[in-house]
Amino acid sequence: MPFGNTHNQLKMNYTAEQEYPDLSKHNNHMAKVLTPEMYANLRDKQTPSGFTLDDVIQTGVDNPGHPFIMTVGCVAGDEETYEVFKDLLDPVIEDRHGGYKPTDKHKTDLNPDNLQGGDDLDPNYVLSSRVRTGRSIRGFCLPPHCSRGERRGIEGLSVEALGALDGDLKGKYYALKDMTEEEQQQLIDDHFLFDKPVSPLLLASGMARDWPDARGIWHNDNKTFLVWVNEEDHLRVISMQKGGNMKEVFNRFCTGLTKIEELFKEKGHEFMWNEHLGYVLTCPSNLGTGLRGGVHVKLPNVSKHEKFGEILKRLRLQKRGTGGVDTAAVGGVFDISNADRLGFSEVELVQMVVDGVKLLVDMEKCLEAGQSIDDLMPEQK
Amino acid sequence: MTSSRGSDAYRTQYLTPFIWRKLICFYRVKMASSFARILSSKRKVGILSLVGAGSLTVGFFLNREQHVNAGAQVRRIYPPSAEYPDLRKHNNCMASHLTPAVYGKLCNKTTPNGYTLDEAIQTGVDNPGHPFIKTVGMVAGDEESYEVFADLFNPVIKERHNGYDPCNMKHPTDLDSSKIRGGQFDDKYVLSSRVRTGRSIRGLSLPPACTRAERREVEKVVVDALAGLKGDLAGKYYSLTQMTEQEQQQLIDDHFLFDKPVSPLLTCAGMARDWPDARGIWHNNEKTFLVWINEEDHTRVISMEKGGNMRRVFERFCKGLQEVERLIQEKGWEFMWNEHLGYILTCPSNLGTGLRAGVHVTLPRLGKDPRFPKILDNLRLQKRGTGGVDTAAVGNTFDISNLDRLGQSEVQLVQTVIDGVNYLIECEKKLERGQDIKIPAPISQFK
Repeated sequence: MPFGNTHNQLKMNYTAEQEYPDLSKHNNHMAKVLTPEMYANLRDKQTPSGFTLDDVIQTGVDNPGHPFIMTVGCVAGDEETYEVFKDLLDPVIEDRHGGYKPTDKHKTDLNPDNLQGGDDLDPNYVLSSRVRTGRSIRGFCLPPHCSRGERRGIEGLSVEALGALDGDLKGKYYALKDMTEEEQQQLIDDHFLFDKPVSPLLLASGMARDWPDARGIWHNDNKTFLVWVNEEDHLRVISMQKGGNMKEVFNRFCTGLTKIEELFKEKGHEFMWNEHLGYVLTCPSNLGTGLRGGVHVKLPNVSKHEKFGEILKRLRLQKRGTGGVDTAAVGGVFDISNADRLGFSEVELVQMVVDGVKLLVDMEKCLEAGQSIDDLMPEQK
Repeated sequence: MTSSRGSDAYRTQYLTPFIWRKLICFYRVKMASSFARILSSKRKVGILSLVGAGSLTVGFFLNREQHVNAGAQVRRIYPPSAEYPDLRKHNNCMASHLTPAVYGKLCNKTTPNGYTLDEAIQTGVDNPGHPFIKTVGMVAGDEESYEVFADLFNPVIKERHNGYDPCNMKHPTDLDSSKIRGGQFDDKYVLSSRVRTGRSIRGLSLPPACTRAERREVEKVVVDALAGLKGDLAGKYYSLTQMTEQEQQQLIDDHFLFDKPVSPLLTCAGMARDWPDARGIWHNNEKTFLVWINEEDHTRVISMEKGGNMRRVFERFCKGLQEVERLIQEKGWEFMWNEHLGYILTCPSNLGTGLRAGVHVTLPRLGKDPRFPKILDNLRLQKRGTGGVDTAAVGNTFDISNLDRLGQSEVQLVQTVIDGVNYLIECEKKLERGQDIKIPAPISQFK
């Protein structure tokens, strides 16, 4: 239970077999990996802040499976979760992140100069470009487990750091519980406002506790750089703009993130990061870069092609509807983004998006002109 | 078994070896050394790393060449003032009584099982207020919650139960249905009669806090007992995880099936964890006695039938409850109960009798009379729509039931409903004949 330790005392009165969850109808990464033996070995452990195995897996027990995608089914309550429960999380990570091994190292590269091209995606097709990631502040528990005091502490530090940004990054913070009606409406119109999570995947892990206390949205005056505070992670950082200039978006992304990290360090704080897992976030699916770089792009012809799925797979891209994860595409407009998060650097992932989207747009133009795209088929990246 | 409770002799009679084991286990946790008490307090989690309690991976801790040293504070501890919830927009009983002072006093305490104040109030923090009714805003994770957090529970109980003070009042339990006078309503007006309550199994945590094994144990204990019921009470158990399609459809048609709670009041308290593990429905073959297992409480017990024979419904209710109690006691278990709070349930609103006795009654004229609410009030009755709490009445049919739960016995409350519904039907008949009706004098609350 978040911030209480009822389970670890009570459940030790029962055998592991008596406590083992019924996963017979389940289809998520946690359920695939958590054998009764593993449960027995891990159930008496806890992280220093008191996060237990049952806390890790509760969301996966409560949510047997998702119709569209294989969910992860476990979360971290703090940085140490990934260490204390590595017997469970390493195989989950390996399965989720394309064979990433416990001994692999992850490289971080936030130098936007290393990105080739990306400034010339055809705006007739590419409607908007966006890069997002998350960051966690070391020393604080993560959203499933943090106390109100910690969450407020995270908000305070973040608002302070963001308040020191200047130039085209200068902006303003809107606390969810203090915003005025007008501010709220403006944020809705800008598509910036996030609301209390409704997905049972998130609710079951305890991330929505005490809503809307210490939650808020910060964005720069230009509305191209946005930070969510205390939603699914401590910070979610988003750079975006209309059109196809991904290079500019990524530039701003890297500059902003680097600046924010410096500001935190000045106050004696740092982000959770290690050379094996990269940036540490609440959900194992967001480890590494935590980066999803993508575009909204018109692909009415390509998307109907029988090889569309195969093309995306080879390009290491994924499609979503323009409402985000779990939505369907509307009007031939797709959200195309990198499929990977861990094991590739930020630059590498955005490069894949840039190159891949360029190819898809070329294919779209071919099909429009009635030509075949057979000789444009890419190799598996 | 007598219908009044509380004598020590009664209790000793049932201290079989089996229950001794349960008690020892219980007390081992409860009367643990101060060292273990420190372990159980969430505020002192930092010390866990120092003492290297076997269950913690201290080894890993010392090996990490990182920011946290063994012996360092392992959890950011904030003063109560930084943890105190923002309740400015809240309107529930918990928010009305959780002052910063009370929070400061209780936030470091835990029950022997480790249940904390923050867990108890989470549902009230997450759900600021309900449009129709002032919600309670807190739950108990175990029997001891009511004691450990009494400084908050007592004023909440007092407000919710119209002035009942757990500190100096005693709650009477009386399941002797032979004391009921009357209780057979005119079927022309009363379409159905129903009595429900809940029971918790002592020694096992309540739905907000229970582990999977505890929940499964509740299921086992109750299902075993129910299997011992005979005659008109003989029935069958349908586990939510194992029921067939046909069984499910039948239960839906009978209006017996309950589903995973969707109300955030319940989900925020953690009651829906691990759904549908160890949840199920038992009912007798005649479909007049129904038990829900591990929904909002360990058990919810319902006796009902079509028509106006409330007397028979209550007789079956008492008989069934007493039988179930006898059967669990044979195995060394008992219900959670004490002389101040009566039967202990998850939500403070259901303490005492946990009893809601009601009818679906058609009152076309009285229902439109402007004096109707006042009449109900004075009779200590409440109306709901026929869909249950939070629904509006459809047509002229009302769900009329007792307002009170705590401070009066089961017999007293059911008698109140019987007398009150009789009065309402009399009013309806008078209005039919063109006669005038009177608002009755208010009946006293605590008898």
